[in-house]
Amino acid sequence: MAVFNLNVNGTKQKVDVDGATPMLWVLRDQLKLTGTKYGCGIAQCGACTIHLNGVATRSCILPVSSIGSKAITTIEGLSELGEHPVQKAWIEHNVAQCGYCQNGQIMAAAALLKNNSKPSEEQIETAMKGNICRCGTYVRIKEAIKSVSRT
Amino acid sequence: MSVINTKYGRRSFIKSSFLAGGGLMLGFNSLASLITEGRALETIPDEWFNINAYLKISSDGVFTIKAPHPEFGTDVRTSLPMMVAEELDVDWKKVVVEQADYKPSIYGRQYTGGSRGVMEKWVPLRTTGAAARQMLIKAAAKTWDVPEAEITTEGGVLYHKASGKSAKYEEMAARAAEIPVPEKVALKDPKDFKIIGTSRANVDLIKMVTGKAPYSSDINREGMLYAMVVIPPAFGMKLKSFDALSVKSMPGIKDVFSFKTYEDGYKRNMFDTNAFPELVAIVGNSTWEVLNAKNKLKVEWQPFTEQSFVMAGFRGEQTVVVPPGLESSSDHKAKMKDAADKPGRQMRKDGNPEEVFKNAAKVIERTYSAPFLPHYMMEPITSFAHYTDEGLFVAGPVQSPETTINTISSRIGLPPEKIHIELTRMGGGFGRHFHAHCLTEAAVISQKVKAPIKLQYTREDTTNMGSYRPACLAVYRAALDKDNNLIAFHVKAGGVPDNGLNANAFPAGAVDNYLAESFSIASNITSGWFRAPGDNFIGGVEQSFLDEIAEAAGKDPIEFRLELLKRSKEKPVGARADYDASRYAGVLELVREKSNWAANKKRGVAAYLCHRAYAAHVIDVVVKDNVSRVQSVFSAVDCGIVVNPDSATNMVEGNVVDAIGHAMYGELTFTKGKPDSSNLGKYRLIRMNEAPKNIEVHFVKNDIAPTGLGEGPYPSVFGALANALYKATGKRFYHQPFIKNSF
Ligand code: FES
Ligand code: FES
Repeated sequence: MAVFNLNVNGTKQKVDVDGATPMLWVLRDQLKLTGTKYGCGIAQCGACTIHLNGVATRSCILPVSSIGSKAITTIEGLSELGEHPVQKAWIEHNVAQCGYCQNGQIMAAAALLKNNSKPSEEQIETAMKGNICRCGTYVRIKEAIKSVSRT
Repeated sequence: MSVINTKYGRRSFIKSSFLAGGGLMLGFNSLASLITEGRALETIPDEWFNINAYLKISSDGVFTIKAPHPEFGTDVRTSLPMMVAEELDVDWKKVVVEQADYKPSIYGRQYTGGSRGVMEKWVPLRTTGAAARQMLIKAAAKTWDVPEAEITTEGGVLYHKASGKSAKYEEMAARAAEIPVPEKVALKDPKDFKIIGTSRANVDLIKMVTGKAPYSSDINREGMLYAMVVIPPAFGMKLKSFDALSVKSMPGIKDVFSFKTYEDGYKRNMFDTNAFPELVAIVGNSTWEVLNAKNKLKVEWQPFTEQSFVMAGFRGEQTVVVPPGLESSSDHKAKMKDAADKPGRQMRKDGNPEEVFKNAAKVIERTYSAPFLPHYMMEPITSFAHYTDEGLFVAGPVQSPETTINTISSRIGLPPEKIHIELTRMGGGFGRHFHAHCLTEAAVISQKVKAPIKLQYTREDTTNMGSYRPACLAVYRAALDKDNNLIAFHVKAGGVPDNGLNANAFPAGAVDNYLAESFSIASNITSGWFRAPGDNFIGGVEQSFLDEIAEAAGKDPIEFRLELLKRSKEKPVGARADYDASRYAGVLELVREKSNWAANKKRGVAAYLCHRAYAAHVIDVVVKDNVSRVQSVFSAVDCGIVVNPDSATNMVEGNVVDAIGHAMYGELTFTKGKPDSSNLGKYRLIRMNEAPKNIEVHFVKNDIAPTGLGEGPYPSVFGALANALYKATGKRFYHQPFIKNSF
């Protein structure tokens, strides 16, 4: 066990855990930030996507010891009440079914649009293909992303 | 307008009196965080009036409507309350939806599956809303001393035009709560609907996009411990021994023990499907620490030689004998092929098919197959339990709380009244959560360690402890006469263990000589209901086969189907046909028009009836760099009245994408009882770059009572895709997954 000082959603957080613990479980178990989801644990589904210094990152394979002072943003930190343009687009397009994948989808989309405000269809697919939606909401996800890029 | 006896409503009202206190408290506790359509409840109203178990009206005009069914993604938390709000005649913006407790004595059957929610609650929920509105009218009539018949309502306001009096519902709510339930109420004519038939956003959207929609895996409680189970590595194996000391001293580990999910001699209910009823539990302070211990635990397994138990089923109790052995997919294939070569169990016979096949001008025979599929819900199985002297609180993914509560009750020795099952949102289900053994397991673990616990399956455990879509095989034969008329049709289908062939489905009734046979093969690999059970295979392959018959007969595939449907409608063959030929034809005609069918020759079509919804799809496939991808899908669906069109459209799109994904890539094979791919990486699910670029959904407009959409549009997608792939590549696709197309 070791103490780590983390910067999560703009707040300093201190956790005392095994350094190998993936950030996913630190968020969910220690910090009770449960918006970040467990899906596969092997960086293949995107349910656990967070931003590490603004870059979309799979938290399920990210040891807490590797984070240092980098800023972590989770879905809870994207905006409190859903005012982020990506969240607004998700609401407007009534994207979700079970909703379980959508936190990860939104985090991936927000990171994509931050780097490229007008992604092509192909760029959207490349950026988003790491995020699985078992319910099959891909068409709506893509439409929602396109609607943000148009504004 | 139809007048309806309030049988359902009265049942709620009678019970609501004893619910009142608890219901009120629940309202206060959970309302502060509720948001609907962007509207936050900033102030908690002073007073709430329980009009009935489904409805609470606050003194400041917030209407809380209970959603009776557990939600796993079909949006019944929006569509069902819409039915209450419609007849109540309130402004949807003022409605807040709350999950109902599990109380079947009040809410009727509360389960999710079989696409039945909307259908079963269609009359009861509207009756409830109408009865409440009637009570408010009575209260106003009494207060104003005017005849009830002169009172009208609109958007939550009562009006008496002649005197110019008006009152908001909330002003009359206290008085209305005192009024006895009307014996009969009038339900609206569909043409007067203001909420039903209009698109309303998913009531949980804001919570879902801000990470606040709680799934059972998100539950955190003071003093909660984390648990995982260690399951046998293969079907056909059971626990031999384990060495608790090998991990007990690892950091954060509290307890390691084995347990049985069922007591010896327990009679299983029909959803107690479970290949591994004895597990090892590891309990500790965090998921990570428990996972580390799970990976280190020394445990020995052994093959079982004999296993049998009594289980209830649709046809009463039976003794289930589980065959021993470590099965491989190659064995399954050989056995299915063998069974298909022998006469099967006859399910239906019309005319004299054997004779007609002998003398036919043309005979076509084709074999189709599909592998086992895991449900692969996005949320790995997770459940929460807290056992105390007062009772048990459990939450977990559960499609059938009514059977699950009995399993738990019998195992932990608490009467069902002392068990509270929380109906939390599920991260998908697709049929898997009928078999909610994880709730019993969590309850047993909590009882043992005397603490609230969260039981987390890994993704691998979730896949390996599946109740899969069975592996299936079907052989079809068709006979044509010299004028290319379909004169005989024969299907023989089965699976490991079976595939639920409906012998009275189309094209039964449309062909003079018809034979349907089935076979089944016993296995110790557990299988269960998977989105559109049985149909998800048969529907697709039957539609591929019809495509080949149409081609052999030189007919347009839509025209060919319409001819058969016409025949079945005008001169049905046999005693029974489980479909309405006009509605079947209706979706084909609609999809033909909307897709502009004739405009493109390289496309596939299919239509199927499943779970009371008729669906037809036209699919366009484009091949680029040797990779086939669906470009566009046009879907026409007849599910009766569409309660929430945008949500229904989303559901059809989901069916389309899910079916394309499973048809193309879905495959779970076994080697010596062990699943060959337990996680992504090896197991393939459809991704955005493989999904259709456009999906256009159209609904048939009619006033027929609605049915659900979770499954109906699913099977025909498999067929339309196979037919489209043929047009795009020149190759027929007989074996799923289509990326392999081999048996
Ligand atoms: S849980 Fe991290 S990518 Fe799947
Ligand atoms: S909405 Fe269910 S997995 Fe995406």
